[in-house]
Amino acid sequence: MIPASFDYVRPASLEEAVAALDGAGEEAKVLSGGQSLLPLLRMRLSYPSVLVDVGRLEELRGIRDEGGHLAIGAAATHDEVVRSPLVNAECPLVALATATVADPAVRHRGTFGGSLAHADPAGDLPAVAVALDMEFVIRSSSGERIVAARDFFVDYLETALAPGEIITEIRVPKLGDGWGFHYEKFHRTAQAWATVGVAAAVRVSTQGGRHIEEARVGLTNMGSTPVRATEVEAAVRGAELNGQAGTNGSGGGGSVNGHPRSQEGAAPGNGNGAGSAPHGGPGPRGALRQASELAAEGTSPPTDLHGGPGYRRHLARVLTYRALGTAARSALGG
Amino acid sequence: MTEEIDAGMVARRIAEDGDLSEPAPGRNEVGAARRRKEDARLVTGRTRWTDNIQLPGMLYVAFVRSPMAHARVTRVDTSAARAMPGVVAALSGADLAGEQGSLPCAWPVTEDIVLPDHPPMAVEEVRYAGEAVACVIATDRYKAADALEAVEVDYEPLPAVLDMVKALEEGSPKVHEAGNRSYVWKFGTGDVDAAFRDAPVVIERTYVQQRLIPSAMEPRAVVAETDGDFFTLHSSTQIPHILRIMLAQVTGIPEHKLRVVAPDVGGGFGSKLQVTAEEVILLLLARRLGKPVKWTESRSEGNLTVHHGRDQIQRLALAADADGRLRGLRVDLLADMGAYLMLVTPGIPILGAFMYNGIYKMDAYDFTCTGVFTTKMPTDAYRGAGRPEATFAIERLMDELADELSLDPVDLRRRNWIGHEEFPYTTVANLTYDSGNYEAATDRALAVFGYDKLRAEQADRRERGEPVQLGIGVSTYTEMCGLAPSRVLGSLSYGAGGWEHASVRMLPTGKVEVVTGTSPHGQGHETAWSQIVADALSVPFDDVSVIHGDTSSSHKGMDTYGSRSLVVGGIAVVQACDKVKEKARHIAAHMLEASPDDVEFAGGTFRVRGTDAAKTIQEVALAAFAAHDLPPGVEASLDSEATFDPENFSYPHGTHLCAVEVDTETGATRIREYVAVDDVGNVVNPMIVEGQVHGGIAQGVAQALFEEAVYDAEGNLLTTTMADYLLPSAADLPEFTTDRTETPATSNPLGVKGVGEAGTIASTPAVVNAIVDALRPFGVKDVPMPCTPERVWRAVHGGGS
Ligand SMILES: Cc1cc2nc3c(=O)[nH]c(=O)nc-3n(C[C@H](O)[C@H](O)[C@H](O)COP(=O)(O)OP(=O)(O)OC[C@H]3O[C@@H](n4cnc5c(N)ncnc54)[C@H](O)[C@@H]3O)c2cc1C
Repeated sequence: MIPASFDYVRPASLEEAVAALDGAGEEAKVLSGGQSLLPLLRMRLSYPSVLVDVGRLEELRGIRDEGGHLAIGAAATHDEVVRSPLVNAECPLVALATATVADPAVRHRGTFGGSLAHADPAGDLPAVAVALDMEFVIRSSSGERIVAARDFFVDYLETALAPGEIITEIRVPKLGDGWGFHYEKFHRTAQAWATVGVAAAVRVSTQGGRHIEEARVGLTNMGSTPVRATEVEAAVRGAELNGQAGTNGSGGGGSVNGHPRSQEGAAPGNGNGAGSAPHGGPGPRGALRQASELAAEGTSPPTDLHGGPGYRRHLARVLTYRALGTAARSALGG
Repeated sequence: MTEEIDAGMVARRIAEDGDLSEPAPGRNEVGAARRRKEDARLVTGRTRWTDNIQLPGMLYVAFVRSPMAHARVTRVDTSAARAMPGVVAALSGADLAGEQGSLPCAWPVTEDIVLPDHPPMAVEEVRYAGEAVACVIATDRYKAADALEAVEVDYEPLPAVLDMVKALEEGSPKVHEAGNRSYVWKFGTGDVDAAFRDAPVVIERTYVQQRLIPSAMEPRAVVAETDGDFFTLHSSTQIPHILRIMLAQVTGIPEHKLRVVAPDVGGGFGSKLQVTAEEVILLLLARRLGKPVKWTESRSEGNLTVHHGRDQIQRLALAADADGRLRGLRVDLLADMGAYLMLVTPGIPILGAFMYNGIYKMDAYDFTCTGVFTTKMPTDAYRGAGRPEATFAIERLMDELADELSLDPVDLRRRNWIGHEEFPYTTVANLTYDSGNYEAATDRALAVFGYDKLRAEQADRRERGEPVQLGIGVSTYTEMCGLAPSRVLGSLSYGAGGWEHASVRMLPTGKVEVVTGTSPHGQGHETAWSQIVADALSVPFDDVSVIHGDTSSSHKGMDTYGSRSLVVGGIAVVQACDKVKEKARHIAAHMLEASPDDVEFAGGTFRVRGTDAAKTIQEVALAAFAAHDLPPGVEASLDSEATFDPENFSYPHGTHLCAVEVDTETGATRIREYVAVDDVGNVVNPMIVEGQVHGGIAQGVAQALFEEAVYDAEGNLLTTTMADYLLPSAADLPEFTTDRTETPATSNPLGVKGVGEAGTIASTPAVVNAIVDALRPFGVKDVPMPCTPERVWRAVHGGGS
């Protein structure tokens, strides 16, 4: 698997990178960690004339606290994101999802911006980006523009990026207090992409009975772009959490994951196993479950060797239920 | 940081660690968990893999491969490719038609088998996606890859033939002119009709052994060179000796002018038990161009064109009495040959024919196998080769029968297996099992597993209707190892014998070189053979080196496959040592001025019985070299060789138990416990045995849960990368609990049985039995392999398969 020949430049600054892209025209490609681009080149599915390597540009690295949001440099590696105290404290959903990406080797090279720019609906981060309303800061020779996540993902492997544009950073809004998070990834082997994934953020109120006040749900691999499950979000608002977590054996069953080691020692039926749903009784249990039933509305999931659309729709419902439950529990500090 | 990944340091650590595994003083080497002496160089890469070989003036070969499953090749134009920078030559199949011959099949299983011509590069017609149609030779591999795109090939599509059942129907499009049925092979004993007539219970099932892609760590690679007269072929192969003979026959290069070298080889699992198109073409290119040539496959190229494994449809019927006693078994197989018959393609399902009865007694047996051509990559040997399929069938059927009769599956097996006091036992398939103790292995496994406790938990979960159900799978297997008695191979129309060769030479300084005809590619023969020789000659383990894999230094052999190396090759080593010892005793007696009958050998020393007069074996070696005073008629060397041809196969057995948790809401399966108690006879190196068992189980679990080669409706392979062809990693597998019972084989002096395939054979049915067991309350009787979450979920919700 040898790519067709191409030129390679490693600019010393963002300014130079923009200029290099400008001069090279449509056939140029930005190279960051190379974990998605190089496989495409090696399979000869892409024939760029020149690669502009932005992976080592200081301007694209680092993670900063900007008050209302975190600014994650486009070239911050997955590993840096997972280990970042800032990300874990302020935007834990990003760290939770990134920790499920591929394997340690890929996470050391692959980057946050590259992953999002690649726009693979099976990638774990695009769903998080739409769930959290991230914003993309994009530079080109004509200046800087900011694109919201909902406008960024256009189609399968297609984004709002025009030729000559470079993502410099991604802004991740801080959600504030009372939120809990979970990324539920269902995959067949530890290194496999998600068959379906669900990113959930849940704000829980304890005023007048514990209930969900607000939820954000993003779906991985349920269409050609990441999906925001807005119907679930609307339906789950106000759902009561009666706090009988674990008392009803048939409530959850959320411990058997896509791959055996993913929940070390979490034998179903005990611990955070089968009773993982945050509610036991028929009524409130129904509310969360019913809301989750809407997860597949309006989606057009793909068919591949790991599952057909019908199965994926089913998974989206089950996993949404589990993700919301786990997120709610973590909001309650459990 | 840099120190941590320094290769030399890793090598030193492994070597130092090796000291820890030395046997206690006075203890035998055989039985000690010696660290493998070859590992330092293998894991650090400080060795010669075929792709590492760089020769002056070397050229690089790349192949143009058919994008179609079936088509007529109407035009191949290499002219544009030849004009590309660095391209030295570009050749089509037609360009080599006069010299490329046909790839060999050494196992025509029936007299009237359809054995089509198999040109290494297609000339008129391509019959599977990936078949080579042309090649480009350039000064580096990058230029060769670029030039591939400039070769123009016109194809006229022909209908793909993908489904074995449809392929056999009247009017099906044909893969070959002679039709899609390659052969029908039958075997049977007893009165099978009587066994089924009035049988109180008959279990009929159809199981599908999906197509698998052997995934050795090291991709295939070939380097060929010549001085104009003599040829050397380096290949990542399991079979340098067989390859040499076959290549001589195919290319016309005389055998004595051809040397084949298997340098260190990174795994094979049967996939490198082959004579490949690329090996033939590279030899021809070296001859044509007079320059060394190299080809190394990419993983995707490998997935397309490494021979595939399994791919059978098994139509089965098992007849039993009401108490579960087995009466008879009918097996009707369709075996997908793929597009051509390669080295042992037709024989693979036949190897299984003798194993469908497993460890059980029954009255009658009937076996039919139909070999079917399709427009897919040919199938051939893959770890277990025929025996995993057979074991899967009988072990799945036993669980189904137990369910039908509401018997515990272990209890049903007890009622039918051969009792330990009944050995040697001649089975319904006419094999004589020499030894075994199924009771002991099963009892040990049940105890370690905690069988009763898990059954209680299962009942509890069923009772409560939990979404996560527990299933328990039983697999009590045996296999025939130590391929093979030459006489048996002859009776099965195989093209060669099954003996193995070894020579042992004591060097003047008392060190020992062992030359083996087996060809290790990861198994650890250098360590195990050293342990055997250290005991046999009473020399230190470190004083032994093992030479293999090069037909110029290891001139005779049958290579490595079928768990044969220790059971056949190891015995040849023992016998060669015996001859060396005998010769040394004569020389020692002469030196000690005693009669050979009065000289005994112990602890490395020849001693005149009842005296202090003694010579060490090292002193004798030096005397043999100096040859100043040898007894009359004794040659000046302490060398010997031996060829061992087994009388019988060996029969490892064991009991594997698997507990799975199946999430009925998502279909996800998690293996919770896996216990393997294997009886591989006496053990030369427990650590190597452990490694083989672990890897074997992983590979069998992979068939049950993960792996499948998938062709689409046009015959394109969809699983060309590891993103689509799922191999489990350590992260996807449970801790294996392994244990052993040791019932020595009676058919060889070491009492060994072979362990290379056991884990793979046993584990697939253990896992699938467990999944089906978990889902019995839902009316599920089968889940097709691999048992993907979607298939499991559909089985649950479809109320069956
Ligand atoms: C074995 C393997 C397993 C994987 N498993 C997963 C998984 O489970 N989940 C998952 O989410 N991902 C997975 N990935 C993909 C991984 O996350 C990649 O790191 C990521 O998709 C790409 O990031 P990168 O920095 O390597 O980008 P690159 O490969 O360098 O680039 C990817 C694309 O983004 C563009 N690009 C990169 N940076 C910028 C920028 N700053 N501005 C504009 N465009 C840019 C490139 O031009 C290219 O089109 C896997 C990859 C591998 C190799």
